[in-house]
Amino acid sequence: MDFFRADLHIHTVLSPCGDLEMSPGNIVSEAAFKGLDIIGITDHNTTRHCDLITKMASEKGIYVMQGAEVTTKEEVHCLAFFENTDTLKKFQEFLDASLPEIKNDPSIFGYQVQVDEDENVVYEESRLLINALYRSIKETAAYIHSLNGLFIPAHINRTKNSIYSQLGFLPDNLDADALEVSKTTTPEQFLKSHPEIKDFTLIRSSDAHYLNDIGTAFTSFYINAPTFAEIGMALRGENGRKIVIE
Amino acid sequence: MKITDIITGLNLKVVSGHNGLSNEITGGYVSDLLSDVIGNAKEGQIWITLQTHQNIIAVASLKDISAIIIVKGLVPEVDTVEKSNIEKIPLLSTEMDTFNIAGRLFELLR
Repeated sequence: MDFFRADLHIHTVLSPCGDLEMSPGNIVSEAAFKGLDIIGITDHNTTRHCDLITKMASEKGIYVMQGAEVTTKEEVHCLAFFENTDTLKKFQEFLDASLPEIKNDPSIFGYQVQVDEDENVVYEESRLLINALYRSIKETAAYIHSLNGLFIPAHINRTKNSIYSQLGFLPDNLDADALEVSKTTTPEQFLKSHPEIKDFTLIRSSDAHYLNDIGTAFTSFYINAPTFAEIGMALRGENGRKIVIE
Repeated sequence: MKITDIITGLNLKVVSGHNGLSNEITGGYVSDLLSDVIGNAKEGQIWITLQTHQNIIAVASLKDISAIIIVKGLVPEVDTVEKSNIEKIPLLSTEMDTFNIAGRLFELLR
């Protein structure tokens, strides 16, 4: 087994707040430059850039965790990851059916565009992606797990759109595969003020919206090979797999 | 004032927590941020919110809040209803939005 560096929280140009430079090609090049082995593609409430980035990243030997950063009804941001195209597609249908029909105004929120390998715009999402879904955090977690996906509440240390900011404290029935802290803290530091979450696996990632952000926080996975199953085992601490945060 | 008087006065629907309807109301509090309610709500108040997650019952129990009014006809989750019955904290429902129900509650308690 070996250590694989993972930054599991990266936005693309498809997220309204994602910089226009965050094209699939640029993200893959930057991840390779930063020495990342695994990247998570997590746009707000959409998975539409995952396929292309997976294809482009595999050419550089980078494994892509395909998913999204969902906004639940309570306005809690949560990462969701899926093993294959089939489950990712089902999750996209869930997102399409759960997102309010409220239009994006690019002059306020930013453009929501999907591009091809040569950075030509192929699709523009008209609905505002940063809105909250009509789905509670519990329903969302249950649906992700029904597709054998991973459910990870995002940047729990932040004072907005985190499970703590929105719900005051962790619900006693929270079925999370891990919890994420952002780069402004470390799991060790966060645990000092929140000892109640010591039984959860904590990961740390960059929440990159600009190319420079990519890899500025990462989690090392001690696994056999970068695969979805191995990453899941590491989050659960199974069979000698584990995660380490440097 | 008793919760039952508020239910009649504001035409509220009792969703759950019927076993807590004899609680006394000393005032009201309006907030959707649970950390704010934890920090600032007072014992015996009736709390108006749009949140429906089960954590609202834990907060109400922690702060000895007498009852919760959920606005705009929003439907609380199953877990929330169950916990409301266990904790004896009535969940009340109105079709009105927060501004309108808070105004009427203020008039009633004055």
